[in-house]
Amino acid sequence: MARVTRNWEIFPGRNRFCCDGRLMMAPHAAVFYINVILIIGTSVLFFVFDCPYLSYRVTPVIPIISGVLFLFVIGSLFKTSFTDPGIIPRATADEAAYIEKQVYISIPNNGGAPTTRPPPRTKEVVIKGHSIKLKYCVTCKIFRPPRASHCSLCNNCVENFDHHCPWVGNCVGRRNYRFFYMFIVCLSLLIIIVFIGAVLHLFYLSENRLMVDAISESPTSVIVVIITFFSCWSVIGLAGFHTFLAASNQTTNEDIKGSFASRTGRPNSNPYSQGNICANYCYVLCSPRPPSLLDRRGVVLSLNESKTMNKSQSRDTVISNKGFEPPELPVNQNIKPNTDDIQLHQYGSSSMLQPCSLDRNQHTFTTSMPSIHHSQNNHVHQNHIINGVKFNKSVTSLTNTFNDNGIYETIEPGRLDPDLDLDDGSKTMTGAPPLSASRLQLLQDTTMIESALDLDSLEDTSSVGTGSQVKLVKNKNTL
Amino acid sequence: MSPPTIRSPQGNTANQTQGPQYAKVFVQRDYSDGTAVKFMTNFPQGLENKIEKSVFEYTINQLNTYFAEAEKASCKTYCEGCFACFTVYTMFFCADTHYEKCLRKVGKFIVEQNEMVYLPRGLLLTNPAERGLRIIEITLLDQPIVART
Repeated sequence: MARVTRNWEIFPGRNRFCCDGRLMMAPHAAVFYINVILIIGTSVLFFVFDCPYLSYRVTPVIPIISGVLFLFVIGSLFKTSFTDPGIIPRATADEAAYIEKQVYISIPNNGGAPTTRPPPRTKEVVIKGHSIKLKYCVTCKIFRPPRASHCSLCNNCVENFDHHCPWVGNCVGRRNYRFFYMFIVCLSLLIIIVFIGAVLHLFYLSENRLMVDAISESPTSVIVVIITFFSCWSVIGLAGFHTFLAASNQTTNEDIKGSFASRTGRPNSNPYSQGNICANYCYVLCSPRPPSLLDRRGVVLSLNESKTMNKSQSRDTVISNKGFEPPELPVNQNIKPNTDDIQLHQYGSSSMLQPCSLDRNQHTFTTSMPSIHHSQNNHVHQNHIINGVKFNKSVTSLTNTFNDNGIYETIEPGRLDPDLDLDDGSKTMTGAPPLSASRLQLLQDTTMIESALDLDSLEDTSSVGTGSQVKLVKNKNTL
Repeated sequence: MSPPTIRSPQGNTANQTQGPQYAKVFVQRDYSDGTAVKFMTNFPQGLENKIEKSVFEYTINQLNTYFAEAEKASCKTYCEGCFACFTVYTMFFCADTHYEKCLRKVGKFIVEQNEMVYLPRGLLLTNPAERGLRIIEITLLDQPIVART
């Protein structure tokens, strides 16, 4: 089974993903776990110790309603926590460059020249007669759309950002606000009914008896009453607050900032409002919900595939998920590349030849060895054509250089031994410029590649010769 | 259009390339009617002499129509929302939402337009859904950018 790299693995934000990218959460979800334990624990205590008595003595309606509410609470909680809140994908390099250009053009004094001090980065747009300032997001390299905001905890811009809620372990934004609202409304109802149920239980137990006896007979009811009593105020308050926000089509973020509050002498209104309370409420909770824009499960395309697909987005497609050989590229007959399991990450623009191990590598690169990303081959081509060295097919294969630790070794092109006969049957290789260093840095940051590597075991790779930096090429899968 | 050489905050030059890079034209979002997805219909300078203005405007207007349909809160979408709510959102496991259906139409339209109109003229439209619905990216396939040394 081919191991593919999916987009979530190179996602630049701090979110955590589970189930191969199907679910996503914010980092540091400790409070979320406390929340889940609190809700489930209290409910279980109530269902086990209070409900049998209540359904026998009072009415079975209370256990039934609380059971249904409990399912809704848990369902909407998990839906809120594991849904993409509406993260806006970061700009591609081209788009970022375009925006930078626009920003500099718009400043007359600068004449397009870069300065040390960045220009003020805001853009004004008019929304239904209201002038709104769009701020430039340095991290995402975009002008944040209206109502979007950057969550510093998750390090993403989120559409219709409401707030980052540690209790649900996620940001609350356009895509999961309705789940969040459903969660707090159902939770406040559940808390009320559980509180009433537990109090009723104690009340009936203490009939014709002392309260102390009732408590000693059903101590769990006391725990339930205490928990629900203290939590109900904040939850009900929050539900009320969000009902108000939904009815006025505002987000918590906008409410706190007072974006639409009328200032002195200048009336202000919400340009996003649908007109009346009911329309706003329906719109916020039932308007069409856009799908996630992240394509988390999308497979990261290799350079060549992306080219054949004519997407012209090779800058974004860093990792080869399915090893392949470009058609023009000669494949070494000694080698049957296993095209499945490798992603390579190369840092910078050095090639990956290790001349001293030419012979050894011909032998060691067996079927069990993974194949090489073709861009490295291209890479070799680039550097070495520049250095006036021609390659033959066997040299091409030598770019697949592993040492015993499964780490790719890289070496300066200039160190290539000139005595080697490289000209035997040389063919043209396709040239592709090196991978973007920024993308690789990003990859490194997001996938924690380094943690899987033993850097000390690398041979001395300090740069010699032409002075260009020798970088390490790492194999993500520790072989 | 030449690539800008302004350094980004990370210090990487903006025109670091890999693979053939092409000049690109970006169509920005139009926020004048609110946050609903809508794109500017202004004819970008970079496309002059590449494509007829009317053809370009037809494409953008058509896309705007599709997105307007996707964003429109109708009775159907309210019912969808309420039904999803009653099923504790398990409905989404087996049914596509209204928005997803519309985005599929957009994808189909983009492919069609590329085949019929844009590729013969050396242009390539990118589905805005792949760019976070922020921009429409039009690649000028006949203008490769030469990487600077």
